[in-house]
Amino acid sequence: MKENLVLLRNRDKQNMSDAAEYIATGGYKGLARALEMSGWDIIQELKAAGLRGRGGAGFPSWLKLKFAYDAVGDTKYIVCNADEGEPGTNKDRVLMLSDPHSLLEGMAIAGRAIGANRGYIYLRAEYPYVLPVLKQAIDSAKKHNWLGDDIQGSGFSFDISIRLGAGAYVCGEETALFESIEGRRGEPRLRPPYPANQGLFGKPTCLNNVETLANMSHILREGAEWYNTLGVEGSRGTKLFTVSGNVNNRGVYEFDMGINLKELIYDFCGGISDGHKLLAVQTGGASGAIINPDQIDFNLDIDHAAPGGGRLGCGTIFVVDDTNCVLDIVRNNMAFFCSESCGKCVPCREGTRRIFLLIDKICSGKGTVRDLKNIVDLANTIKIAAFCGLGHSSAVPVLSAIENFPDEFNSHLDGDYCACCARLERSVILDA
Amino acid sequence: MPENVTLTINGQTVTVPAGTTILKAAESVNIHIPTLCNHPDQAVKANCRMCVVEIEGQRLLQSACSFPVAEGMVVRTNTPHLIHIRRNILDLIYSHHPLECLTCQRNGSCELQNVAAELNMGRDLEYAVESRNMPKDTSSPSIVRDPNKCIVCCRCVTACNDVQRVRALAKENRGYKTVVVPPYGKKLADTVCVNCGQCVQACPVGALTIHDDTSRIYEAYDSGKILAIQVAPSVRTTIAEALGEDVGTVSTFRLVTALKQLGFHYVFDSDFSADLTIMEEGSELLHRIKTGGVLPMFTSCCPAWVKFCETFYPKELPHLSSAKSPQQMFGPVIKTYFAEKNGIDPANIFSVSVMPCTAKKFECQRPEFNSSGYRDVDCSITVQELGRMIRAAGIDFASLPETPFDNPFGLGSGAGEIFAATGGVMEAALRTVYEVYTGKTLEALEFHSVRGLDGIKEAVIDLDGTEVKVAVVHSLGKTREFMDRFQAGEFRDYAFVEFMACPGGCIGGGGNPIRTWDKVKTRTESVYKQDSEQLPVRKSHEQEGIKLIYKEYLGEPLSERSEHLLHTSYISRADIIRS
Amino acid sequence: MKEEAYSYTTPASILVQVAEIASRYKGRNDKLMDVIVQVNKLVPDISEEVSAVISREMDIGQTTVYSFVTFYERLSVKKKGKYIVRMCSNAPCHVRGAVEVREAILDQLGIQLGETTEDGRFTVELSPCMGVCDQSPAVMINDKVYGDLTPDSARALIKRYIREDMQ
Repeated sequence: MKENLVLLRNRDKQNMSDAAEYIATGGYKGLARALEMSGWDIIQELKAAGLRGRGGAGFPSWLKLKFAYDAVGDTKYIVCNADEGEPGTNKDRVLMLSDPHSLLEGMAIAGRAIGANRGYIYLRAEYPYVLPVLKQAIDSAKKHNWLGDDIQGSGFSFDISIRLGAGAYVCGEETALFESIEGRRGEPRLRPPYPANQGLFGKPTCLNNVETLANMSHILREGAEWYNTLGVEGSRGTKLFTVSGNVNNRGVYEFDMGINLKELIYDFCGGISDGHKLLAVQTGGASGAIINPDQIDFNLDIDHAAPGGGRLGCGTIFVVDDTNCVLDIVRNNMAFFCSESCGKCVPCREGTRRIFLLIDKICSGKGTVRDLKNIVDLANTIKIAAFCGLGHSSAVPVLSAIENFPDEFNSHLDGDYCACCARLERSVILDA
Repeated sequence: MPENVTLTINGQTVTVPAGTTILKAAESVNIHIPTLCNHPDQAVKANCRMCVVEIEGQRLLQSACSFPVAEGMVVRTNTPHLIHIRRNILDLIYSHHPLECLTCQRNGSCELQNVAAELNMGRDLEYAVESRNMPKDTSSPSIVRDPNKCIVCCRCVTACNDVQRVRALAKENRGYKTVVVPPYGKKLADTVCVNCGQCVQACPVGALTIHDDTSRIYEAYDSGKILAIQVAPSVRTTIAEALGEDVGTVSTFRLVTALKQLGFHYVFDSDFSADLTIMEEGSELLHRIKTGGVLPMFTSCCPAWVKFCETFYPKELPHLSSAKSPQQMFGPVIKTYFAEKNGIDPANIFSVSVMPCTAKKFECQRPEFNSSGYRDVDCSITVQELGRMIRAAGIDFASLPETPFDNPFGLGSGAGEIFAATGGVMEAALRTVYEVYTGKTLEALEFHSVRGLDGIKEAVIDLDGTEVKVAVVHSLGKTREFMDRFQAGEFRDYAFVEFMACPGGCIGGGGNPIRTWDKVKTRTESVYKQDSEQLPVRKSHEQEGIKLIYKEYLGEPLSERSEHLLHTSYISRADIIRS
Repeated sequence: MKEEAYSYTTPASILVQVAEIASRYKGRNDKLMDVIVQVNKLVPDISEEVSAVISREMDIGQTTVYSFVTFYERLSVKKKGKYIVRMCSNAPCHVRGAVEVREAILDQLGIQLGETTEDGRFTVELSPCMGVCDQSPAVMINDKVYGDLTPDSARALIKRYIREDMQ
């Protein structure tokens, strides 16, 4: 099993925030090509490449651009979601640090495609050290006229501003991110109107993940045909994976789409650390399903939903060994959703809190069958009735864990003492 | 004309204009969907998720209050599954809302209770109630804040920050710790709050309620005081509504009967003191015009506006008329003129006002208002409180006989009455100012240009050849806009500007029954109808009591005694905003 | 108790600088985050005075500023220490001993989570995932990340900060 470095092809090089270094690796050739193409042709190229969003939902990127392309308006925006908040995910950090220009180039290409002259990078507060790298890269790109006015004499101008987050998972939600950029609480907006028509500052906006945008630079440089040699049918290209938890080789890796999860954990990442056994894997971050060891033998591509709910998501693989307890992991997840809910809608604000308290009660051996029934009932309510995607997906880990680890839940209900839950009881801050 | 869209709701075919929400489309065919955060006068919030519905082909439920209809859409609003989901959501609200219904001011008028009843929630609690354990804030004389009851619908935030633009309330924190509070743990009384009560009007539950002063009246009664009460212009139009009658039902003389039955010895009409205000304020305006005084002159009868000006625009205080509000004019008149005339010891009078207004509670407590030598007005209650007193006394309001107001003040004029509506003070003043200024009789009494619900109304009035520019502003949001433009140099050649803090004027006041714009419009029609059809006198200076008091006691407007009893001064409150 | 949390004041000299920063963005609500990020380089907390100055200079409501600040994890209306120690509380750190690291640091500083040491130097709080899961468990002290911590290395880290601060 071998990495295939496309996005991370420059990860071992130095000084990649210097545009000259980037150009020396073939950088900005994609943008150069895009400058000679019409917006529509760029969108068609991305369609032919089969690029799909890397943030987790896997929406076809060309279609997202087309919506903004079709929207009426003189001012349009490209927004880069660099608010990588999904616990266990840091691929975008690695990508931005190792090859910042590939992101800038991708944004300019996307801008060219929809007719936007300004891009915003919304960078999470947890990455303050990425800020100078991006700033330097933007300055350097401007110096080389790959950003700014009249790029390479094409008549196309594109500028990029960086806006900072201040610690809010929900700002990864598209419209909440817009609210935050506009200087308000990061609460999601009603849809419709949809961002393609009324997004940032009320203008047509196309928002993409860092990795998605970086992919655009490579697609435009090497062509859709080349891109189709990567990955699998329906999920073209490579994918960045963040592997964390109780595994020997943690880190961010790049593989073709469609690799096998079991092989990734055991072959590439060296298996479970300290000779322990695998207890569970959570794919896709805190909002992803928690699956059991029998469910990990599947291929990670965008459409594949494995038994138990395991799926690619944003490429986050969190490995848990058997010194832990699944309920404690769920408790930890729910504590996260509970404190990261924006507080706007009732199901998410109150529901995540109730589920957290009920899970904690079960962890402490005081739970009842009725508590478990209520957890499922509430999770199913949040899943369909919450205001935004954060709420909807907060139900996934708890529901999947209950489905994939029935014995564990039942044994806790029977009042059995769980050494792990008891040991980690002290990690729980009830009113955090 | 927008094009029409046809959809199916619960199997029923519905055709509505494109852009209509599912909620409105359903209402158009009498399909009821429960709502909680939805307020007819505010932008859609969709945060309570009570109105979620199923749309065929969609995995997620959508909130009916926000989601627009589409051609061929198939909607279900009442499946057992949806009812189950809504009951779950209610359980969640319960889990963070103290179940203190029996001791809650909103018991019986609570929107959460209504939804609970609709959804058949008569069953055991699913989750133990987790309280925020925050202290109840009773610092304000007008508004009581119980943050533990807040369901974070944020209607009050819209009312305070967007409509009124006072910005006293903030949504604090996030997640389950989210709550609406004044910033930095402050008590409401220490904030920029101007006591307008529009937040109370917006709150669906008992998180924001009116400070209840009714017990003070019972105490005064028990201690043998002589109870005098003045009834504000808009009260006669809203008290019946507060007691369950149709919106806009005028019940002036039944109200007098009820007050007598409650034990008030004297029941007076604040329309009279509104007339008195016109005499003083109108004379002050003419005086300012003649002597080159500070113009434009701003009205001063709305205590929320006065505090707003003192807080945010202290530099403009010289523009405020020195005339007291009708409430504060009546106070000293009762404890001096009336007391002397009737041989009553003013120390023994407990002077009450019933107002559509929460800010009047603050106003009557302002330290300077003791020009009678006593507290001029001892206690101000709102229409809501009076409604509760009438109910508590077991009075069947609907069947009461009629009783006239007590003399010597009698029944005020139509000019006094229209104080209740935005533009009313202006129109009342113009009726008098015109005649005093020109010496001619005003034939067409209605000044239509100052009526209506536009936020800022401007008009040029022809005083027999002299053109006078006036403006009428209502809602503090519009007031802020006006004042900002004023400070930027606009409206400088205007003579007179009326300000009312509440949208629609007093008739939409914070102390009235819970408002919607539709109700305020109906009430306003009733107000103008009283002026045009029911009241015998329509100009303040022609009201008999007014003539009498000037003859017997005050002499003339702006006399020394008038200045002492009926005029006041203002202070800057800019230091409320720290730094 | 609550009132106490807000009763601290910000030096007048800082307020002057805050005013200078905020006055550049009059009427620009979208620059609020920018302004607060810049202000946080001067003071770690947004006191009532600071928000009043921002509100006045930017011409936006103080409640808007307050509401905004209380929303974001990394902004604060309450008094903060010079060094803010943020400890990741999410699962990837959790399964690799984050609790023990947390306890070691709190024990060393003699405070509870969310508290600030009496000398005003350290505030310790939990943070959601900081995106350094390949080095879990991790903490951030102001803008610096420290990964692969053990209780011992965490104690040594805090000691280093105390020493550096004394110099």
